[in-house]
Amino acid sequence: MTIEPEAVVIGASAGALEALSAILPALPAGFRMPVLVVVHVPPDRRSALAELFRAKCKLPVEEAEDKQPITGGTIYFAPPAYHLLVEVDRTVSLSSDEPVLFSRPSIDVLFETAADAYGPALIAIVLTGANQDGARGLKAVVEAGGTAVVQEPATAFASAMPEAAILMCPSANVMSLGAITQYLKEV
Amino acid sequence: MTEMLASEKIEDIEIRLLLEALFLKYHYDFRSYAMASIKRRLKQAREQLGFTTFSAMQESLLRDPDMLPQMLRFLTVQVSEMFRDPSYFKAIREKVVPHLRTYPSIKVWIAGCSGGEELYSLVILFREEGLEERTLFYATDINPEALKTAEAGIFALDRLQLFTENHRRSGGKSSLSDYYQAAYGKVTFDKTLRRNVVFADHSLVTDAVFAEMHLISCRNVLIYFDRDLQDRALGLFKDSLARKGFLGLGAKESLRFSRHAGAFEDFVREEKLYQRRGD
Repeated sequence: MTIEPEAVVIGASAGALEALSAILPALPAGFRMPVLVVVHVPPDRRSALAELFRAKCKLPVEEAEDKQPITGGTIYFAPPAYHLLVEVDRTVSLSSDEPVLFSRPSIDVLFETAADAYGPALIAIVLTGANQDGARGLKAVVEAGGTAVVQEPATAFASAMPEAAILMCPSANVMSLGAITQYLKEV
Repeated sequence: MTEMLASEKIEDIEIRLLLEALFLKYHYDFRSYAMASIKRRLKQAREQLGFTTFSAMQESLLRDPDMLPQMLRFLTVQVSEMFRDPSYFKAIREKVVPHLRTYPSIKVWIAGCSGGEELYSLVILFREEGLEERTLFYATDINPEALKTAEAGIFALDRLQLFTENHRRSGGKSSLSDYYQAAYGKVTFDKTLRRNVVFADHSLVTDAVFAEMHLISCRNVLIYFDRDLQDRALGLFKDSLARKGFLGLGAKESLRFSRHAGAFEDFVREEKLYQRRGD
């Protein structure tokens, strides 16, 4: 029995803009699943990510708001200086808990809570980055039966984050950005 | 896979039972908190306190009162910053203070004061603006340890660089170093800052209105509540505020979805500062 995926979570750090620009604008207008994205951004700035991608994407793009219901076909970015969490009732929560691995928002926090909420119906993608965030979260996704995808380290702007993810989740699907985009369009 | 899902379910049941036990035995009510965050914190507690299951934690909590402060530490303690989001404090200084000046006496409530960062920020701001003398500050939290920390006014020295920079950017009129003494890697804030402060144990979940306020600052507390509990807390703020009193929330908190939204109007929209309507 195959389980129909219901949501996509993406984590990216150094080199995130370029990597996300290859994926998010390519998602077609009828894309069914919500896409929740954590990018490591400096805490003291108003993030321009949602605005930037709103102009490029066919899907609606928002900065996630506390207690907002998660809607299919919408891209949500974590706000700077807050963790983005998924509740079991498929709404988002924000938290200002301590940074995890020096990161807030933390990819691990998004992935672990999304794994809890969506179980096997989740696709989690770790992209370029220069730290270890996302590896533990990806493991939680795999343990819940979800699908793990990691950007090919050799093609990443910074390879440390995808490498750490692969090390912790050897069963992950390792793909180029082009292949990840194609996969999301077909799944 | 089914086994995995089944074991997840047991964990969720255990968490609910644990929160029920915490409420029945000690009257701390986390049952309407946003669960994703509570679960993360409880998992950290389980790991660091050396339990294998939440059920074992529950048993220990029920029989050993020493467990309570340890668990509260995981469930409540927030690390904040002095003058966090400097533009918020700047807006209070430039836009709210001129209104507060017109009152002969002022009451300010810092709800969920945690370690006291926000409290000391506001007291210093009020001193700089010449309002401290006629202001009474209520600093409340549900965690007695946090209240003790706030009352002690001691912070790690390495955090002061950030606090100082925030204070400057908030439009600070003095030097933050005027208010503390540094020694042994710690700084202790001047006890005169606490002259007009009342520290009290108060829960936004179970307690009621206790005084009429002119300004309530409650930042990054409501995001930990579910919608219904957010509404309860906002109702409490509404009933506590004087006509035209002010409410300040965290940068990512909003009245927009609340049934009490109609009782307030935007005062400084981008800083989440609201004013209680006059009727």
